[in-house]
Amino acid sequence: MSRFDWLSEYLARLEDDHLIARHGDNRALAPAHRLELDAEDWGPAGRIAAAMGLRHAGVWADPLGPGPMESDTEIEGPAIRVQACLEQGGDYLILQTLVSQARPVLGSHTPAYPGVDRLERHAQDLTGVRFLRHPDERRWTRHQAWSADDYPLRADFPIEGRSAGRTPADVDYPFTRIQGSGVYEIPVGPVHAGIIEPGHFRFQAAGEDVLRLEERLGYVHRGIEKIAVGRDPQGLIRLAGRVSGDSTVAYAWAAAQAMERAAGCAPPPRATSLRALLAERERIANHLGDIGAICNDVGFAFAHVQCARLREQWQRRSAALFGHRLMMDTLVPGGVAYGLSETGFRELRLDHAALHKTIEPLFDVIDDHPSLDDRLIGTGILAQADARALGCTGYVGKASGLDFDVRRDSPYAPYDQVRVEVPEETAGDVAARVRVRMKEVRASLWMLDRLLDALPEGEIAVPFPRPEEGAMGLGLIEGWRGEILCFVRFAEEGRIARYFPRDPSWFTWPALERLIHGNIVPDFPVCNKSVNGSYAGVDL
Amino acid sequence: MADILTPSAWLLALLQALLFPALAPLLVGWVRKVKARLQNRRGASVFQPYRELRKLLFKEARVAHTASPLFRAAPSVVFVATWLAAATVPLLTIDLPTAVVADIIVLVGLLALARVFLALAGMDVGTAFGGMGASREMMISALAEPAMLMAVFTLAMTAHSTNLGSVIAHHLGDAFVLRPSYLFAFAGLTLVALAETGRIPVDNPTTHLELTMVHEAMVLEYSGRHLALMELAAQIKLLLYGVLVANIFFPWGIATDPTPVSLAIGFGAILLKLALLGAALAVAETVLAKMRLFRVPAFLNLALLLSLLGLLSHVILEVGA
Repeated sequence: MSRFDWLSEYLARLEDDHLIARHGDNRALAPAHRLELDAEDWGPAGRIAAAMGLRHAGVWADPLGPGPMESDTEIEGPAIRVQACLEQGGDYLILQTLVSQARPVLGSHTPAYPGVDRLERHAQDLTGVRFLRHPDERRWTRHQAWSADDYPLRADFPIEGRSAGRTPADVDYPFTRIQGSGVYEIPVGPVHAGIIEPGHFRFQAAGEDVLRLEERLGYVHRGIEKIAVGRDPQGLIRLAGRVSGDSTVAYAWAAAQAMERAAGCAPPPRATSLRALLAERERIANHLGDIGAICNDVGFAFAHVQCARLREQWQRRSAALFGHRLMMDTLVPGGVAYGLSETGFRELRLDHAALHKTIEPLFDVIDDHPSLDDRLIGTGILAQADARALGCTGYVGKASGLDFDVRRDSPYAPYDQVRVEVPEETAGDVAARVRVRMKEVRASLWMLDRLLDALPEGEIAVPFPRPEEGAMGLGLIEGWRGEILCFVRFAEEGRIARYFPRDPSWFTWPALERLIHGNIVPDFPVCNKSVNGSYAGVDL
Repeated sequence: MADILTPSAWLLALLQALLFPALAPLLVGWVRKVKARLQNRRGASVFQPYRELRKLLFKEARVAHTASPLFRAAPSVVFVATWLAAATVPLLTIDLPTAVVADIIVLVGLLALARVFLALAGMDVGTAFGGMGASREMMISALAEPAMLMAVFTLAMTAHSTNLGSVIAHHLGDAFVLRPSYLFAFAGLTLVALAETGRIPVDNPTTHLELTMVHEAMVLEYSGRHLALMELAAQIKLLLYGVLVANIFFPWGIATDPTPVSLAIGFGAILLKLALLGAALAVAETVLAKMRLFRVPAFLNLALLLSLLGLLSHVILEVGA
């Protein structure tokens, strides 16, 4: 497929609707193409993109503050730049527009793209941009920690926050209720019985059948985007590694990639190979844990214990070689923090062979155990149309027939040198999501050996140059949950002005609300685990 | 039968009744240990359930503000009813006065009483989980009870008595004839036992997922000594079913006279039988996943069908043969 064969059609359709799109400076957000729109064209541009079947990869608002503005704007006073990312065939397009902070109003993309519902509400809570014709007016990220007319990401909001006291409970959130005879409500969480993150689920059920599930997240909002402001690149990578602890490598890489693109810095080949090594290790560790946990949720403890054991050994090796069980803080701007010694190299080889030998019989059992099949097959089916409408990536999308993978479709170093096998299943049920994970474990193991085979010699890091003020970068990494997008804008002296990481879970959490339809209440835990959205990744 | 209603026999019955709560945690510990070994884990000591009970007994019991007096009374009722039911089951000897005054139907009734209070307690506080657990428990027991009674009636028809002691004695005196009706009743009662004691594949006693729980959901709001009683009652119930299956279908070794030697043999025999049964349960729980909730009726229908077949095969094959 030739690069961007759909862009001209999109532009033509915009023109048909008399929407004016100006080409932006394409180097600034490479590899994405940039289109600037007028604020009033924002909503229609989204509608046209949806009609063309483009995938919406997220929207974020960037309060520019009182600093110097781009020249050709008639906005007075501080402005907010809103950007949205669209994708098809591995080509990314950034739409952007400016609104004044005094009257920040835009058309919503949610009517055309249900997946960006909460992203828009998040932007509204944090920056005050109002999205017109948004079907859901309720707050999302804002609980009670700040008032409704306060916008934490604006320049006038202090980084340390306003209230030092105890945050009141988020009690009056208006959940959608279903009335009817025999319909009852089950509140679950935010504190759960297992060692998992906090999130509230509100079920409307009749008997054991789930009529509706509504999620309420935001309990681990840490103000990531705000405390990123003013950090240096090294500090941002440390922060990025803590957005969602189980994806620490992917987030750190996404932030590093965004900053390196903004600064025009190319990490050495050995560094990118080592980053891929870390990222694939992370993928394997998390998939192993998930496969076991899914089996445990249907009472099949054998697989759980085996997977937990394998994952533990895997993580101990990570701790020995890379200093941390989850491989936190292994990336630095311009490279990686840890090299790989000769002994480490040999140990990894042996590990890979040993894991490969162990998982084959184990995966055989999990793949073809009648008692497990009975629970997993046909449970929690996510239709391909729903997955597409919401923009699901990662194993959730791949299990529903959407085999998008950044590593293959928009390759970044070193994946441009390695064959990336992308598993695809069409059933869309829990079993399919388990099978995708098993295939990804196998593919990543294979890839780890190829990475070691072709591990380039040389430096593991280069000095990171100071980026210019206003430099922007886009990071796009295939984390273990799917595509992680990361936007970075620099202020003066190489400090961060805006950091926005978009977790794939923004789109898979709504998918969970859809796939639970027609299932029974006791099957929810296994459905939830098979999707395994990140709470921290969307609470920010 | 009146001759066994002597003070020494009552003393023996008391001893047996005390053995139930004393041994019940050990059986649970044993099952957990075997499961752990089957999963390549070392597992906790077999005495861990005793430690957990002691820990709970010394902890403060917290009660929800919305709880009624029933909530506080339920643990005692459930425990006492289960214990009384256990006391009617011959553990060491068949000469049991309690088995004379209370037959199998009373046993089923006592267990039903315990269950009713358990379900009421589950709903009492008003949390969604407790109500869900209670409704599921009732669905399961409504199907399990007929199957259990049917299996029990098969045995009773063979022995012409609903007294457990007589049933076992009749089986012992049967010269070990392999009766098809017993095989069917054994299969049926085993399935019922799995369902009634909340084991995989019907319920998962080790789960932390409230939405999937049956038994655990009803006791979620309990803490401290209340929880200890509920837990001990559940453990006694497991032991009760274990002893029932072991002594009715494999009665060899049980004491037929109250001499110390035969009692000691009876004790050793039941320990061995329970160890084997516990290991079998652990194997089954390791190789099976929990089934979907709405498959449980099919599972219990199978139990009912097996018990019914037992009854039929008794009537057709064994009566008058």
